[in-house]
Amino acid sequence: MADNIKVTIDNITVEVPMGTTILEAARKIGGDVAPPTMCYYSKLKGSGGKCRTCLVEVSKGSEKDPRPMPKLVASCRTGVMDGMEVKSMTSDKVIDARKGVTEFLLLNHPLDCPVCDQAGECDLQNLGYDHGNAGTRYEYDRRTFEPEDIGPHIQLHMNRCIMCFRCVFTADQLTNTREHGILDRGDHARISTCISKALDNDFIGNVIDVCPVGALTDKTFRFKNRVWFTKPVDAHRNCSNPKCCGEVRLWMRGEEVFRVTARKDEWGEVANASNGETGWICNECRFEKKETKDWVIEGPTKVDRHSVIAQGHYAGKVGTAGQPVLIDKVIGKQPQLTLDIHTVSDVNKPSYHLDQIEGPAHSDDFK
Amino acid sequence: MKLLLENEHIEGIRYYEAYRKHGGYRSVEKALKMTPEEIVEEVKKSGLRGRGGAGFPTGMKWSFLAKPEGVPRHLVCNADESEPGTFKDRYLMEFLPHLLIEGLIVSSFALGSNATYIYIRGEYAWIPDILEQAIAEAKNNGWLGKNIQNSGFDCEIYVQRGGGAYICGEETALIESLEGKRGNPRIKPPFPAIAGLWMRPTVVNNVETLAAVVPIINMGGEEYGKLGVGRSTGTKLMSACGNLNKPGVYEIPFDLSVEEFIFSDEYCGGIPNGKRLKACIPGGSSVPILPANLLLKDAKGNTRQMNYESLSEGGFATGSMLGSGGFIVLDEDQCVVRHTMSLARFYNHESCGQCSPCREGTGWMYKLLKSLEYGKGRMEDIDLLWDIQRRIEGNTICPLGDAAAWPVAAAIRHFRDEFEWHVLHPEEAQNRNFGLAHYADPLEVIQN
Repeated sequence: MADNIKVTIDNITVEVPMGTTILEAARKIGGDVAPPTMCYYSKLKGSGGKCRTCLVEVSKGSEKDPRPMPKLVASCRTGVMDGMEVKSMTSDKVIDARKGVTEFLLLNHPLDCPVCDQAGECDLQNLGYDHGNAGTRYEYDRRTFEPEDIGPHIQLHMNRCIMCFRCVFTADQLTNTREHGILDRGDHARISTCISKALDNDFIGNVIDVCPVGALTDKTFRFKNRVWFTKPVDAHRNCSNPKCCGEVRLWMRGEEVFRVTARKDEWGEVANASNGETGWICNECRFEKKETKDWVIEGPTKVDRHSVIAQGHYAGKVGTAGQPVLIDKVIGKQPQLTLDIHTVSDVNKPSYHLDQIEGPAHSDDFK
Repeated sequence: MKLLLENEHIEGIRYYEAYRKHGGYRSVEKALKMTPEEIVEEVKKSGLRGRGGAGFPTGMKWSFLAKPEGVPRHLVCNADESEPGTFKDRYLMEFLPHLLIEGLIVSSFALGSNATYIYIRGEYAWIPDILEQAIAEAKNNGWLGKNIQNSGFDCEIYVQRGGGAYICGEETALIESLEGKRGNPRIKPPFPAIAGLWMRPTVVNNVETLAAVVPIINMGGEEYGKLGVGRSTGTKLMSACGNLNKPGVYEIPFDLSVEEFIFSDEYCGGIPNGKRLKACIPGGSSVPILPANLLLKDAKGNTRQMNYESLSEGGFATGSMLGSGGFIVLDEDQCVVRHTMSLARFYNHESCGQCSPCREGTGWMYKLLKSLEYGKGRMEDIDLLWDIQRRIEGNTICPLGDAAAWPVAAAIRHFRDEFEWHVLHPEEAQNRNFGLAHYADPLEVIQN
């Protein structure tokens, strides 16, 4: 297409239409090249720019104006220019800034992952694994908030919140009335309804799906199970709500449906439904239909890379879509996606194929 | 030479009659006979730079204003002067309100703004009344409203009080607040010149910048441009405070040396009680602090002058900035650690909480500085502070992150020994309040 422009990110060139952000271009390449995002949500207008985890270095502005940008820029809110050259994981400055932002985000986070329902599918956990330090340098009391009840369906844990504003945008854009917002300023800013009030409208449950951390969780799923013990199954039903697509993901254990969520794509965002629109689901589907007989089961979900359900079966896009293998391009940086367990561990001999062993494999087989 | 404060001593200059009698509103008469483009050209020629802190050329800012057909444009006067140490705009608005109104009318005409707003800091509780009275007087005499002086140009000026948030001095946060929303800075681009107030093209200028338009029109841009040094043209209001014999607002020429400004009787009149100069923040709390030896002369040995270039000579390693003109002087008894802690507390309190480095980092810096000041710090805390400020600076949405990081960086850069003293002498740091002048408030004793 004539309208497409070329942008080079970490030495990999892609063609994207004019008006694309650097982040979307990087997602087109995929894998570790795509900067992590905590606040940006491609399905929500106006989101992004706040968490600063997606900072990238623009080493060449464009073909016309090759000057580099003086500061790191938020890739989610910066448009690409023709001939732009961007450094994401190849820039030490960017890696350092991301480390800094990760540290800042975790500064007042309670780290109560062992009792948090989001654990296992938490963006902040992923970010912490990728860019965090093992210990904290913060020695003071963490900030805490008074618990607030925001209704029968949604549990608010303000201590875990990282102020991404996603839930505010969701309520603004999906529902006619927004009952919650940000109160106060600075490090005491909080999500609240101000006058104690229940969040109550048909689509408010979606704030659970967009929340990158465990600040907003599903009360019907609370403390019921761990995410990685449940098995995701795609299902649908004819929902009477015209705005609801009825296409969901059931999180089951045995025959029991523990949780219903919207379907998510590989970036952890709510995926498009079959009608081409974003697959938001209504509260009825999410909170009330907890029986398998309510649903038409389509089959097991292809596990997405954000979930611990994947358990190491990481399938990155880099190197698979006919693009050059990342290691050749990214000098000296070993991306985690192409890590082979056998290069770091001799536990299981790679020469043994499990299907050649009769019966269940035993540790004796690997001696 | 005084341009802005020329008539400040005249009795009743706050009111229309006296102001008009002493040459007020001449620039409006002159401007209405010119075309808007000619006025912008005059301001460009004058080399006027934004007086709010960043020093961006005003004429250039005006020429960036988008002019789509059928879309109203707005001029917003940023009177949200909240930078600690800066109070020049307050002086102007309080004693010469008509000068600002006059500048606003000329600028509104130049930019085609029919509805012009003054966004004033909430703590300046009494000044909106003064401004509104001045606006009413101007309106009664035909300088505002419909068809000003039969020129066919309509203009209204509205005064809007802020809620007392420092962040609303940032132009996009100011616009958000003016729209009635939460005062969070917007992510740029788009810049206000393209999509500002109600997504219309908007210019946001400081009070002093707009007031300076009056002498520019009166004397001509070229004449104005001849005043000053190099790219610093005209005159500047400085608000001097701290350990000075005569703190206050002074209008200075740009070729004045820093030494003369502090020690001459015409200006600040030296440091009280015969004490020595220790350090100075030349341009409001956000700019780096400079020790006395780097303040009076730069690293190359040249005399430092009170202008944009000379004060920033040497970059942040050995220089500072003119900033908004809040000149804070510290004498030999002042404690830099305590001073930095107090600034860090301010930035922690005023961070809007939108982006993570500033929201979390400012609080962390304040806590670290507090423990250092109270004798509970360790040597590695100083390096940690340096690391935190490095990771805040440049990584935030708006300049508040930078403004919070620079004072801490400069304090460590120039006064590391004082931080180390606090670590090495925890008992004394807690009890004797090293470096504190006798009139400073006594330290509260913190438990454990």
